[in-house]
Amino acid sequence: MKNRVVITGLGVVAPNGVGVPDFTKSLKEGTSGITCHDNLKDFKFSCQIGGVPQISDEKKSQYFTDLQLRGFNSSGILYGCIAGIDAWKDAGFDMDSESQLDYDTGLIFGAATSGVEKFREAIYGVDDGNVRRLGSTVVLQTMASGVSAYLSGMLGLGNQVTTNSSACTTGTEALIMGYERIQNGKAKRMLVGSCSDHGPYIWGGFDAMRVMTYKHNESPEEGSRPMSATASGFVPGSGAGALLLESLESALERGAKIYAEVLGGEVNSGGQRQGGTLTAPNAEAVQRCIKKAVENSGITAKEIEVINGHLTATSKDSLEIENWSKALERKGSDFPYINSTKSMIGHCLAASGSIECVASIIQLKNQFVAPNINCEDLHPEIEALVDSNKIPIEKMDVNFDIIAKASFGFGDVNACVIFKKFND
Amino acid sequence: MTNDELITKLKAIIAPYVQDEKAFENLTEDTDFINDLKVNSANLVDIILDIEDEFSIRLENEDMEKMLDVKAAMLIINTKLKT
Repeated sequence: MKNRVVITGLGVVAPNGVGVPDFTKSLKEGTSGITCHDNLKDFKFSCQIGGVPQISDEKKSQYFTDLQLRGFNSSGILYGCIAGIDAWKDAGFDMDSESQLDYDTGLIFGAATSGVEKFREAIYGVDDGNVRRLGSTVVLQTMASGVSAYLSGMLGLGNQVTTNSSACTTGTEALIMGYERIQNGKAKRMLVGSCSDHGPYIWGGFDAMRVMTYKHNESPEEGSRPMSATASGFVPGSGAGALLLESLESALERGAKIYAEVLGGEVNSGGQRQGGTLTAPNAEAVQRCIKKAVENSGITAKEIEVINGHLTATSKDSLEIENWSKALERKGSDFPYINSTKSMIGHCLAASGSIECVASIIQLKNQFVAPNINCEDLHPEIEALVDSNKIPIEKMDVNFDIIAKASFGFGDVNACVIFKKFND
Repeated sequence: MTNDELITKLKAIIAPYVQDEKAFENLTEDTDFINDLKVNSANLVDIILDIEDEFSIRLENEDMEKMLDVKAAMLIINTKLKT
């Protein structure tokens, strides 16, 4: 008998809200966190807008010691630790450097690259023949598992502590991996999430690929337009999301607040076959991933009431909708409500899956569907598949039990997870 | 520079890395960075770099290996300052 898994803590650092209360407010009000960035302009980026969470020095000091902040230059680790600690505290635990080692709790916190600004400092140092002066924290801040190393030490976690990396699927994959570990009785609790750095060195490669929009440098809040006829590429974002997963047994024993149940999920790869490439998805594999997630959750496709899509605002949005429609065998007015959190925060890359899982849980817990901002002009290919009232542009209060969340990433990798409202 | 002046400067450099404040308050020439002040061994590297900056000297790997307590640090800094 496999363990049931519930969510007992949330943390989020998003461009439009740091902390669950602020992020929830922004989701309800359709507040954009996308702004202009002069440094992108100075560096001659085509896309000069992006989503960066606002963290004050005072806030940093609430999470990090002065020593930890000496020479610290990794925005992803900063965001990840804040989100992770918030989720931990939200679940009713303390952060105490003298705490007893907790062998029942593990951590899977994903990242695509870590500490890219710190890495840049190190490269300049090495090139100048000054490797001896790099200091002691270059490795810790630039290793992929840096965020997991910092966070697990702050919390004293003694189960598996690792970092996964699967491009823009990372956050959703981390959640599914943590879920499976608890399901299989290997841990009572898993803190899962993902983070992404911000800035020109992380976003430059995408700008070079011409996959980011260059049409909204004067109107940043209108730049991220998933599912819109005038979508012209994604807007880069950054931040972190974190969720504390816990066995139902442990959560009930502690009398913990339960946000939702993780019913099941699936991860797979399209293997860059049948139309799949390094950058484009194999549609059949995407559909299979969704179908398997539904099957693994012990529900039927018609029970899904809301979808939080991947939907980045590139030309692939129509294909994603088609994949959902085929996988669920639902279309038109029978299609679930669907939204893209990216309309408000941009594409937070490795952090997108976890931030959007948090957004999904917030909508489920508070019984609303967040608006798709900038989607007044729904793409005709999408409108041919789904009734426009299923793609709300204003917040809708909806009573619903089940939401599906999917993320897709470069390398032709997919993840889909199903959450259910918890009724005790 | 008198020994007292040197210790004052050293204390300011070491302060951010100290994990045992009580031992730090009672710092003497015999105080050991790792055993007494509980400085993380990885941070010894950062202390060396901060010393280099403060005194405009260069410390070699051999100096670093010896620099485990206040007395050794003072000796090495004084030697470097004279050359």
